[in-house]
Amino acid sequence: MSVDQATVQRIARLARIAVTDEEVPHLQGELNAMLSFVEQLNSVNVEGVEPMTSVTPMAMKKRVDEVTDGNIAEIVTGNAPQTEDHYFLVPKVIE
Amino acid sequence: MNAIVDSRTPDPKKFIKGATGDWEIIIGLEIHAQVTSKAKLFSGASAEYGGDPNAHVALVDAAMPGMLPVINEECVKQAIRSGLGLNAQINLRSVFDRKNYFYPDLPQGYQISQYKSPIVGEGKVIVDLPESGGQITVGIERLHLEQDAGKSLHDQSPTMSFVDLNRSGVALMEIVSKPDIRSSEEARAYVTKLRTILRYLGTCDGNMDEGSLRADVNVSVRRPGGAFGTRCEIKNVNSIRFMGQAIEYEARRQVGILEDGGTIDQETRLYDAAKGETRSMRTKEEAHDYRYFPDPDLLPLEFTQSYVDELKAHLPELPDAKKARFIADYGLTTYDASVLVGERDQADYFESVAQGRDGKLAANWVINELFGRLNKEGKDVTTSPVSSQQLGAIVDLISEGTISGKLAKDLFEIVWTEGGDPRAIVEARGMKQMTDTGAIEKAIDAVIAANPDKVEQAKAKPTMIGWFVGQVMKETGGKANPQAVNDLLKAKLGIQ
Amino acid sequence: MTDLTSLTLAEARDALKAKKISALELTDAHLNAMEKAKALNAYVLDTPKHARAMAKASDTKLQKGEAGLLEGIPLGIKDLYATKGVRTTACSKILLNFVPEYESTVTSKLWRDGAVMLGKLNNDEFAMGSSNESSAFGPSVSPILPPNVSAAQAKAKLGNCNKGLLVPGGSSGGSAAAIAARLCLGATATDTGGSIRQPAAFTGTVGMKPTYGRCSRWGIVAFASSLDQDGPIAKTVRDTAIMLRSMAGHDPKDTTSVDRAVPDYEAAIGKSIKGMKIGIPKEYRVDGMSQEIDALWSKGAEWLKQAGAEIVEISLPHTHYALPAYYIVAPAEASSNLARYDGVRYGVRVPGKDIIDLYEKTRANGFGVEVRRRIMIGTYVLSAGYYDAYYVRAQKIRTLIKQDFEKAYDSGVDAVLTPATPSPAFGIGEKSGADPVEMYLNDIFTVTVNMAGLPGLAVPAGVSKEGLPLGLQLIGRPFDEEILFSLGEVIEQAAGRTKLPDAWWA
Repeated sequence: MSVDQATVQRIARLARIAVTDEEVPHLQGELNAMLSFVEQLNSVNVEGVEPMTSVTPMAMKKRVDEVTDGNIAEIVTGNAPQTEDHYFLVPKVIE
Repeated sequence: MNAIVDSRTPDPKKFIKGATGDWEIIIGLEIHAQVTSKAKLFSGASAEYGGDPNAHVALVDAAMPGMLPVINEECVKQAIRSGLGLNAQINLRSVFDRKNYFYPDLPQGYQISQYKSPIVGEGKVIVDLPESGGQITVGIERLHLEQDAGKSLHDQSPTMSFVDLNRSGVALMEIVSKPDIRSSEEARAYVTKLRTILRYLGTCDGNMDEGSLRADVNVSVRRPGGAFGTRCEIKNVNSIRFMGQAIEYEARRQVGILEDGGTIDQETRLYDAAKGETRSMRTKEEAHDYRYFPDPDLLPLEFTQSYVDELKAHLPELPDAKKARFIADYGLTTYDASVLVGERDQADYFESVAQGRDGKLAANWVINELFGRLNKEGKDVTTSPVSSQQLGAIVDLISEGTISGKLAKDLFEIVWTEGGDPRAIVEARGMKQMTDTGAIEKAIDAVIAANPDKVEQAKAKPTMIGWFVGQVMKETGGKANPQAVNDLLKAKLGIQ
Repeated sequence: MTDLTSLTLAEARDALKAKKISALELTDAHLNAMEKAKALNAYVLDTPKHARAMAKASDTKLQKGEAGLLEGIPLGIKDLYATKGVRTTACSKILLNFVPEYESTVTSKLWRDGAVMLGKLNNDEFAMGSSNESSAFGPSVSPILPPNVSAAQAKAKLGNCNKGLLVPGGSSGGSAAAIAARLCLGATATDTGGSIRQPAAFTGTVGMKPTYGRCSRWGIVAFASSLDQDGPIAKTVRDTAIMLRSMAGHDPKDTTSVDRAVPDYEAAIGKSIKGMKIGIPKEYRVDGMSQEIDALWSKGAEWLKQAGAEIVEISLPHTHYALPAYYIVAPAEASSNLARYDGVRYGVRVPGKDIIDLYEKTRANGFGVEVRRRIMIGTYVLSAGYYDAYYVRAQKIRTLIKQDFEKAYDSGVDAVLTPATPSPAFGIGEKSGADPVEMYLNDIFTVTVNMAGLPGLAVPAGVSKEGLPLGLQLIGRPFDEEILFSLGEVIEQAAGRTKLPDAWWA
C-alpha cells in the first residue's frame, strides 16, 4: 500500500499537525518508505492468532471507590499557557 | 455490530400521515448515564456534580505527562448491576479502547471507552405505554463504560472558551438500544423506564438537570414495514419532554424532505428547545476517524461468573417484579401498581403504609391523597410532611371505622400541617365516628322534627334522603357513620 | 585519593558506608566533572543545589547509620522522568517550559533509598530515536573517541557541529554518555525498542531493560505504553543490579506493573551458571552482520560455556518480523499518547486563529521531525480501513514473537544470547539521511525483547577492530532478571571491564 498526497494531508489533519504544501512530497516519500518496509508482514500467516492485548498476562487490579485526589486546581493549571480563575483558556470554540 | 433486525409489527396508530401516504418512525436511543460513584472511573478525584473550576481534577484527569489510569471497581460493579437490571448478557471479559479525537475538553486527546468488547451485551426492557396503553419490548444492543469529557464555557469572554475538567473522567454508561422504538411516546416511556430501573439499582441518579442522564436520539422514517431510511442523530437531549418534541419535529422534517423528492443526509443535529426545532451541527464529517484501538495502559477487564452472581444476589427488587407483586399481594390494579413502582421511594412508602393493612385502601390514600398533595406543593415522598407511619395510622382509623372517610381527609390535613399522632389527634379533637345508634337517632329525630315539609317530599321522592343524610351529618359534626345514618333514616322515613 | 568519579556505584557505596568518603565530596566531584563536560551535552539540566542538599542529607543519615540502599549515590535522571519542581521536557520543544508538580514513582524510590539527583539527562525527543540526535537540546556526544581521531582533534570538533564525533546511541544517549564519561554513578533510562541496551552497547556501559511491568511507568513521559519499560544504565553489571533493586516494584498507580516481590538482584552477581542452558538463535545471524560481531557473539558463548553453561542453537522464527511490526505498534501508540500535547493545559502554545489552527501550529512547531513522522505513521495505521491490515496484524505477529520465546524457554533454555547491535557506534549526522528505516535497523536485535515484554541485559564484551565498544545481549524469561545478572557478570569478568575513555573533552 502507498499513500498519495491527499492522504498525507488528511493524516496530518487528523493528527493536528500543520503541514505546508512544500512538505507534503517529502512526507509522502517517508511514509511510503515506512509502509514498504512493513509490507513484509503480509507474508506471515496470522490465521487463528490472537492479537496481543496485554504484554504480561495478569488480572487488572482495581481501585476502591474513594475520593483520594483533586482540589489541586492551582497545580493542575500551573503550567497552562493561558488561564483565568483556574479555567484553561482556548480560542473560542464555536459549536 | 450486529445487523439490524426489525422486531416490531408496523402499527398504523403510530404512523405519520404524510401527503403521499403513511410513514413509520424508527427510533434508536443512546443513553449516557452517569455512574453513581464517589470517585471518577480512572482517577481518585471526586465525581460529584459542580465544584469550583478544575477542583475535581486529578493529574490523570488533566492528562499530565506520564499519568496512568487505574480503574474504579465500584464503576465496574455498577455497570454489571445495570446490565443485570436490563436482563442483559454480562461479558466476563471486556476491553477498554481509546477513541481518538482532539477537543479542548478532552485532555488526553482520546476518550477511554469500550468499542469492540463492551462489558454488557444484549438485553431487553419492557415498557408500558401510559398514554396509548399496551406494552412494548425494547432491545438493548449493549452497555459500555466510558469517560465523560470536561466542559467548555463559551459565554465568559467574546474571544475565548473557558475549559473546566471537573466532569472529565467521570464514569458514564452508554446504553444503546436497538432501533425498536416507533413513536415519541414510546421513546419517552422507554427513557422513563430505563431511568426508573437505574434509579432502583442505584447505579445512576437519573438527574437530567445535572446531565446525569442524556440521550442521543437516532431518528429515521420509512414507509410502513419498508426498508430503513437514512437516520439523523440528535445529540445531547437532556429532558424527556424535549426528546419527545425533538422526535416529532425531526420525523416530520424528514417526511417533508422525502415527500418533496429529497434525500436525508446522515448528520448530527441539535435540538433547539426555544425554537422547537432541530438543526444541523454542520461539523465536518471528515474529522470523524476515531482510530479506536485497545488502551495499552489498561489490561482487559475480567471477572468471574461468581463475581456476577454475587452482585445479582444483592440486587434490589426491580420495578417489573415489584409491580407484579403489588398486583398479586395487595390486589392493586395494573394502573395503580404502575404508578406506585415508578419511583422506588414511592413504592417503599406505599409498602410501608400497606404492610398488614388493606392494600387497595392504602394505594388509594397514597396515590390520590398523598401524591396529589405532594404534587401540588412540589414535594416528593422523601420530603413528605406526612410519614408512612402517620398515613398508615390514618388508614387504620378508617378501616376500624373509628373515623369516616370525610373526617379522615380532615385528619390528613391536620397531620400534614401540624404533624402529630393521628390517633391522638382523633381522641383529642373528638373526631371519633359516632357508633352509638341512640345518639344518631336523636339527631335524626331532631332533623325530622324541624323539617316536616321535607319529610313529606321524601316520601314521594326517595332520593331526597341524601339531603337528610347531609343534615344529620351536619348535626353530628361529621362524626356519624354515614352508612348507619342512611339505614336509620330509611327506617324512620319509611323509604324502601 | 583517586578521582571519585572513577569509582563504580558499588565501590562508592561501600566507601560511603565505611565513611572513607562523604556523600558531599562524591557529589561535588561529579558536579565538577559535569561542569567540565558541558560540551558533551549529556545533561540538559544540572541541578547542583538539589544535589548538594541531598548529599548533605545523605551524610547525616550515613553518620546516624540510617543509610538507604543508595545513600549518597549521585545519579543522572533521563529527562523523560517527571521530577517534582524540576523542569521535565522529554527533550521536546513542546515541553520546554514544563515543570511537573509530581515525582515519577521510580525516582521517588531512588530518593527514598538515599540517591542524589545531579541533573536531567539528554535523550531523543520523546525517546524516539537511536542516536540522541532528535533531542530538542541537540545531540549528546559520545565520550568514546572515534577511530583515528586524537583527543585534541576531538575536543576541537566538540561543539563545532560535532561532526566526526560519535553518537552515544539512543534514545537514552545522555544516560549512556554520562555513565561512560563518569558524570554520574548510575543513570535512569527507558527502553521501548532498545533505548537502554543500544546506547549501553555503543558506549561500553551496562544497560538493563527489565521485564515489562517490573518497574512502574507512572510519571514517565509515555512513548509506546505496551513497550516502554524503564531501567538503569551503569558502569558494571553489579551496579545495574543495585540500581534495579531500588527502581523495581509494584505501583498501584500503574495497572500494568506487577505485584511481585523485588529480589536482591546484587545477590545474583557471582552465582554459578553451571548447567544453565543458553540459546543461540540462528535467526539473529542477519545478512550483512559484520564478521567481528559474529566473532564476538561466538566468544560470548564460549565464555559462558567455560563457566559451565550449555550452549544450544535455538530458533526464533519470527525474529525477522519484529522490527516492521514494532514500527506499526510503537508509532500507533505514540500517535495517541502524544495527542495530549496540544498547547491547552501545559507546554508551549503557538497561537492560532481558532482552536484547530492553534493545535496544528503548536504541534507542528513543538514536535521535531522524527516525532512528527512517527505520529503520522501511527495515525495512518490506526485510521479507518487500515487498522486491521496494519495494527491488528502487527499485534498478532507480536503474539507469534512471544510464542517463539515461550517455546524456547519451555524447551529448557534459561536465557538467550545475541549481539546487542548489528554494528558499533556511528558518527553524528551519519544516519540522518533521507531513509528513516536505515536508522531503525539499529534496533533489529533489541526490539524483539520489547515486543515480547522480556528482560534484556546489554553487556560490553569487546571492541571492534577500530577500537569501538561492542556489546552482547542476554534475554531472559519474564521476571528472571537475576539469571541475566549472573550471566552478565560472567561475560563482564571474561571480557574485562571496558576501560572508560580519558576525559578528552574537559
